[in-house]
Amino acid sequence: MELVKIAFYFFAALTVVSAFFILYTRHVLHAAFSLLATFLGVAGLYVLAGADYLALTQIVVYVGGVLVLIIFGIMLSKKIVGEANEASGSRNLFTAGVLFIALLLIFFYLYKNSGILESPWIMEAAQSDEVIKSSTVSAIGKNLMTNYILPFELAAVILLVALIGAAFIAGRVMRNTDKS
Amino acid sequence: MIELKEYLLISAILFIIGLMIIITKRNSIFILIGIELILNAANLNFVAFSKYDPVQLQGQVFSLFIIIIAAAEAAVGLAIILKVYSYFRTANVDEIDDLKG
Repeated sequence: MELVKIAFYFFAALTVVSAFFILYTRHVLHAAFSLLATFLGVAGLYVLAGADYLALTQIVVYVGGVLVLIIFGIMLSKKIVGEANEASGSRNLFTAGVLFIALLLIFFYLYKNSGILESPWIMEAAQSDEVIKSSTVSAIGKNLMTNYILPFELAAVILLVALIGAAFIAGRVMRNTDKS
Repeated sequence: MIELKEYLLISAILFIIGLMIIITKRNSIFILIGIELILNAANLNFVAFSKYDPVQLQGQVFSLFIIIIAAAEAAVGLAIILKVYSYFRTANVDEIDDLKG
């Protein structure tokens, strides 16, 4: 077995197993740390698909940003310090199980019969060996500054709006917070 | 060479797990985690298909924008969760059931 295959299956197993652990666990903090493993596994899968820049972005943004935000959220929404933050995740278990199997079957069926895996452009690229072989950083940079310049600028505006909005929502002092 | 099919299967499993988390969990932070898993599954699909598009890299650029949107969504979502928590004193979505308290 090639080394690439071994690495691929390792990262795939890491991703799937830690995602299942999030589904299984009742503790929100355990779920957050398991999410770390999921994000790292997905980053590894990105590298193996030839997306090196995206893997780095995944680690920087998700692990460094979103995960820290989630852990902050857990920290600030604990009822009593020291008490385990129970999620009591036993809602809709039957529906969830049925839906899980049904969706899995639907996806299997679609992949088998839709013919998306044998699309002409994919077969063409695979035959002439036109797959990503080197770093994609410069190609992404050129694309962002030429073809995708408008979405790029809009993304900057969205980030600014989200920053101001989050600070406004979380920072505003609300009157009569005592509900009881 | 790793097949496209394997990426799609992992992404499908990740998507379904994210959906299950949203359906079964009661804590609102769990629901946010489920949304992140679903976005990651979509990203994985884009990246896997983008492998056969080495010049334009449309899939990779698209998933870059998805990551940006996901970061903004997580920030605003957590701000709302914290505000709801400080008002209702609970993070359980089943207990948050009145509109004008």
